[in-house]
Amino acid sequence: MAMNFEYRVEGGDFTHAGYASSQVKKMLKQLGVESTVIKRVVVCLYEAEVNIVAHAWNGVIIITLDADNILMKLTDNGPGIADIELAMQKGYSTASPEVREMGFGAGMGLPNISANADRFVITSEPGRGTSLEITINLNGNAV
Amino acid sequence: MKVTDIVEKLELKVFSGHEGLGKEVCGGYTSDLLSDVMGHAGAGNAWITIQSHRNVIAIASLRDLSAVILTCGEKPADDTVAQSNEEGIPLLGTGLSTFELSGKLYALIG
Repeated sequence: MAMNFEYRVEGGDFTHAGYASSQVKKMLKQLGVESTVIKRVVVCLYEAEVNIVAHAWNGVIIITLDADNILMKLTDNGPGIADIELAMQKGYSTASPEVREMGFGAGMGLPNISANADRFVITSEPGRGTSLEITINLNGNAV
Repeated sequence: MKVTDIVEKLELKVFSGHEGLGKEVCGGYTSDLLSDVMGHAGAGNAWITIQSHRNVIAIASLRDLSAVILTCGEKPADDTVAQSNEEGIPLLGTGLSTFELSGKLYALIG
């Protein structure tokens, strides 16, 4: 049976950045998921969560967990990404100077997600928002 | 080696997170880029950085790091201290540069 969880993310709210990632990490730990798998989920979800905070106006994270996979769907209202191929390149970022000073916006987020996900689909409509679908296989040891 | 041993040997200041001083330190990671730490630091690493805002503790917690060491006399923000206490992750400090502290920690446990 699948379980669903929903989290709301506000753009610019760095105080709560990482909340969803922390909740999901705790849940996977309780379910006895392997630590190497949890690490990959956390890297993907944190990067995607921070991207909403750093770039969008607001967004929603929907987590769907079943015996085989965790699906993380992040949909934001924001400026969107005009050139996804460029955004996927290591080191490319449109983050503000303030965000960069905090050590974010180094152009490593999307490549980190890509490296850790089993399946990663990103779509965007410039001027409206971006949507990410990240799937990680749980090696059958959850739920 | 435990966090408390490193505090003693490297003469570090303990700002907060005393509850976690008994954590085992397995190596270290030096970086001021948060995604770099997220992607490459290992569980149990002590993280050496000049970043002092609260997101540092969120990352340390998510990646199961043993401690955060602020260099160059950096002082943590109040909410960083609060988060460190809440998570039980020691937040440490030194007047040494990042280079010097990394070298000393490497000599100790690398």
